[in-house]
This record gives sequence, C-alpha cells and structure tokens, in this order.
Amino acid sequence: MRKGFLALVAVLVLGLALAPCGLAAQKTIKIGINAPITGDIPKVGEGSKYAAEMWLEDIKAAGGLDVGGVKYDVEVIIEDNESKPESAAKAATKLITEDEVLAIVGPQSSAQAIPAGEMANNFGTPMISPWSTNPDTTKDRPFVFRGCFLDPFQGPVVANFIKEEFGFTKAAVLYDVASDYPKGLAEVFKEAWEKNNGPGSVVAFESFTTKDADFSSQLTNIINSGAEVLFTPQYYNEVALIVQQAHELGWKNPIVGSDSWGSAETVKLCGEECYGLFFTTHYAAAGATGATKAFIDRYNQKYGYVPDDVGALTWDSLRIVQAAIQGTGGLSGDLKKDREAVKDAMANIKEFDGITGKMTFTPDGDPIKCAVIVRISDKGEFEFYKSVCP
Amino acid sequence: MQLFLQNLINALQWGSFYALIALGYSMVYGILMLFNFAHGDIFMVGAYIGFGVATGLTALAAMGTLALPNWVILVLTILISMFLTSFVGMLVERIGYRPLREAPRASAAITGLMIGIILETGNLAILGAERIRFPSLIKSTTYDLGGVFVTNKKIMIVVVSLVLMLALNEFIRRTRWGMAMRAMAFDYVVIPLMGVPLNTIASLTFALGSGLAAAAGIMFAIAYPVLDPYIGIIYGWKAFVAAILGGRGSVKGACLAGFLLGFIEIFVGAYMPSSVRDLIAYSIILLILVFRPHGFFGEPHSAKLRL
Repeated sequence: MRKGFLALVAVLVLGLALAPCGLAAQKTIKIGINAPITGDIPKVGEGSKYAAEMWLEDIKAAGGLDVGGVKYDVEVIIEDNESKPESAAKAATKLITEDEVLAIVGPQSSAQAIPAGEMANNFGTPMISPWSTNPDTTKDRPFVFRGCFLDPFQGPVVANFIKEEFGFTKAAVLYDVASDYPKGLAEVFKEAWEKNNGPGSVVAFESFTTKDADFSSQLTNIINSGAEVLFTPQYYNEVALIVQQAHELGWKNPIVGSDSWGSAETVKLCGEECYGLFFTTHYAAAGATGATKAFIDRYNQKYGYVPDDVGALTWDSLRIVQAAIQGTGGLSGDLKKDREAVKDAMANIKEFDGITGKMTFTPDGDPIKCAVIVRISDKGEFEFYKSVCP
Repeated sequence: MQLFLQNLINALQWGSFYALIALGYSMVYGILMLFNFAHGDIFMVGAYIGFGVATGLTALAAMGTLALPNWVILVLTILISMFLTSFVGMLVERIGYRPLREAPRASAAITGLMIGIILETGNLAILGAERIRFPSLIKSTTYDLGGVFVTNKKIMIVVVSLVLMLALNEFIRRTRWGMAMRAMAFDYVVIPLMGVPLNTIASLTFALGSGLAAAAGIMFAIAYPVLDPYIGIIYGWKAFVAAILGGRGSVKGACLAGFLLGFIEIFVGAYMPSSVRDLIAYSIILLILVFRPHGFFGEPHSAKLRL
C-alpha cells in the first residue's frame, strides 16, 4: 500500500514536471512580469499586475498570439521583487532560467530595474522597464529597453513648450541644489532655454537647500529679474510652499514644473494656489481621448480606480513586447535564438502607437516619445493639455 | 530700493519666528541654566495642536454648530493652542527636567534632545509620515505698495509677534510672578530659601516659553502651510543661536537677536547663492560672539557663577 502510494506520487510529480515543458516547446509563449507586489510601493506592483491581466485578457479573447501565421498560447508569470534591488535581480534570474520566459516586463523603479537589467542583458533576454527614468538602466545594455522618457529629456520639453505656448524669452529657475533630480533637471532646462533664447535668457537661476521653507529672498530676486515664467522641478511639498510664496510676493506669471509634480499630494498640499499651472509628465488621466481613454475606462470599470502612469506605461510595454514578438515574423522554438530575434525586432520598432504616446527606440533602448503637458484644472484634476515631442 | 524694502519685509516675518522661539530658550536658560533642546519640537507640537484646533473649529463652523467668522477661529486657535501647548511644556519639565535638576547640566541637555526625538517620532507614529496642510484660516490678500508686496498674513504675523513680546516683557517687569522669575534668574540657589517656590517658577517658565512657541508654530504654519514632524529641529537650533546671541535670560536680547538672525539670513540669501547662505550667516554670528561672548544683553557675572 505504502509503496503503491509512493509510486503514484512519483508518477504524478514526473507528469507535472514534464507536461508543461512538452507543451511550452510547441505552443506557449511565456512573458515574465518583475514587479513590486509587496514592499514599499505595493500600489505600483498592483498597477503592473492589473495591466498585465487586462493585456492577457485581450490575447485570450483573440484566441492566442499570432506570430508568423502560427497561433501561440500566452502565459504571464508574475514574480514579486518586494521593491528590493537584490530580489529584483533574483526574480529576473528565476524568470529567465527556470521559467524560461521569452521576455520580461519590469521592474518599475530604477533602483530595481538597474540590477535586474544587468541580469537580463547577461542572460541575453529582452527586458523592458515601463517606469524607470534613470539613464543607467539601459546604458550599454542592448537587451534592455524602457517605456518612458529619461529625466534629461524633460528640460528641453519644458523649454520648448513655454516658448510655443507663451512666447516668453526670459525664464527663472528655482531648484534644490542639494538634491540630484531637481539639480540635474534645472541645469538641463537652463541649457535648453538658452539654446532657444540666447545666452543670459535665464535671468534668475536661484537655489535653496533641502528642508528650506522660506524662499522669499530667492523669489524676490526672481521677481525683480523681470522673468516671465518660473520653472521649478521640485517635489510636491516644496511646490506648495514655492507657489504660495511666489503669489504672495506679487508673482502673476506662469509657474511650470516637471514629472515630480505628478502626485495627488501636490493638489492636496497646494490647494487652489496651484490651479491653472502646468507640468510635464508621462500621461494624463483626466481629459484623455481615444485609446488612452478606452484603457482608463476599462481599467476603472474592472478595478474601481483610475490607473496612474505606472499602469499605463506597463500596458504600453506589454504591447511593445507583443509587437516585437510578432515583428520577428516567426519563432524557431530555440529560446536563445528567439530572444535574440525579439530584441532585434524591439530595437527596430518605429512609431509604436502607445497610449502614453508614440515611441521609437534609440540604439540605447530608450524611446523617443512625446511628453504630456498637464494643466492642473480649476477642480484640481490633472488635465491633459497637449503633448510635446522631441 | 524696492528690492531692499521687499527683503526687509521678508526678514521681519522670518525674524518673528526666530524671536518667538528664542524667547522660550532664553527664559529657561536664564532661570534654570538649562539648555532645553526639546524647545524646537515644542514649537512643532504647537503647530500640530494648532492644526487640530483649527480643523476642529472649522468643522464646527461648517456644520453650523458654532457660526464663527474665520478671524475669530484664528484668534481662538492661537489662544487655545498656546494654552494646550503650555501644558506640554510643563509636562516636559515635570517628567524630563525636574528629576535631573541636581544632575550635571550635560545630562539635562541630553534629556532635552531625547524628549525632542520622542516628540518627533511620537508624532510620526500617531499621524504618519504624510505631510499635512494647515487650513487657510485667513484668505491671503496681497497689497502692492509701489512695487513692494505685503500680505495681510505678513502684517498679522509681525504684529501678533510684537504684541506677544511686549506682553511678555510687561509680565516679567510688572507682575509679582515676573519679579520672582527675575530673582530666580539672579540666583536660583538662594531665592528658594526666601520662600519663592522653585518648582512653580520652573513650571511657569516652561508654560510661558511653550505658549510662545505654539504661537510661533501656528503663525509659521499660516505662512508655510506644509507641516511634517521634523520642522522643529532646524528652527530650534537657529533660535537657540538667537537666544545665546541675545544674552542669557534677556527678553529684549532674544527678540533683537531673533530679528537680526532673520535679517542676516534673508539678506545673505538675497545676494549670495543659497548653498553658502547659512555658512556666511552663521560665520557673522560667530564673529559677533567672539567680540561679545555674553551676547547683546547678557550679564557676565551671573553666568560665571554656575557654569
């Protein structure tokens, strides 16, 4: 009896172990998702997961994925990286070596995407990070791509937008000199603005240090410099203070920000003072049209809330993977070769029509894509205003 | 000229906070020879209590239970918060400092730091790390005085600060409690022997200082309406500098030094990059202290007695 039972278990285990492999070699494509399901930012993981579920639904509804005339089943494997760099690298390795996925979407944050990208590149597996804006994620890694623009790209975008929209020629910048992101962006903006409007056209380049609450001396200088617009690439808590103090010192011109403004906290802390201001970001939920609106409505109906930029970028990244797989023209069944082929196809994608904008990849694997200019509406919503392309 | 006047007004507001906070330091230091390093965090607690009171009163007014205009809510918020925060100060004295009154001064100073950390992290545990927005009790109106911009808030902040400083000065000069405090500052070993209750005076000192810190906290929150549990640290330090600069136990000195600090910071900030602002501002203060080691109004002999 006991022996019989053991034999039965052995057969079952063998069967389980062999069955998927047998099928996989023939008809299934596996896509890995490397996302922070637990950890510090579970909401980001949830958005990634939901976008992946919706994408899979579409594939299933179409009866599978058509690659070069052959229909494949698609399986999505979600691996939790706990929002930690080392777990992200581990998750990537597991997806590549054990699960034998064809491509990976994620991780989202740069801190995880950089180490995971190294794994993916070493193992020759295409990976696309929807949300990581740090240049190092894709740098010198032919197998690694991303779905969003880079930090330095926003500077020229803002400079061009202001010129087109308002026709201003004199700008002021107020930034935190002790923080990498605002400092980098402020410098890139200055360079771009002076390229457009000539040297010295940034009439005030004022700084403060993290934790400062009073900006009155800097803002007084800015107002006296005769600047027509103020650019401040700060985080939401500082935005609230800067905008209020600027208004109290008699500043009536536009104030423009960057994607660090794109948090619900901005409006909560800043209130009516921030209504009518502009900033650049990846995507805007309010006032979206076409495919973007369709995605938002479907997501909202299914999960009960409006997706943030992570959800939308993950959706686009999955569809880029899909387009790349289909762009290979047919899979050989040899995983190594197929991964290589998917990478080449992805690098060759031109004018991909995503819900966060049209994308074409540079040789580094970064998309050339449009940024969205958001206007904070009179109801405090982030409203799509226009998209600005490089 | 416009630039100068505008910065002058900015500095008046900025200096008011330092002056009000410095008063609390200066009184405790003058009377008990104690560096109350928790004082900056009492300022923070005052701002948060103000937030609670203001939110509560606004909600009551919105429900129609108490039909109060906004300026009444503002006055009530300041008064109630000053009252409540003075109890926090008394509690800190009772729990943190009284058992250590005979201990070395360094132990008491360290106690202050620890109480500060307890207040910060306690707040963090209760309310979380999310920043809160202070309700806008008065609608900001900007007046254009020939290119110099003044808001009703700024005027209110400077006026209320000056009124509080004068009131404190009168209290210390003209009442019996004030006289007891002055006497205690003169010699806190002998005066209790003459029948002045040391513990009561200590509590009173902490209550007054904390009440002023609460007023500063609320006005700070009106001017800079984003609060987090750590706002007290840096302003506490700087106000401490002002207290020392003003001279031990001197109300006049603390006020003057507080405003001076505000002026130096704003004017250095106006003409220099911000990364060197504090470097230059505090080098100037160091220089002043080199030439006037007891501050503006400090009395050399009494300080020598116990330090």
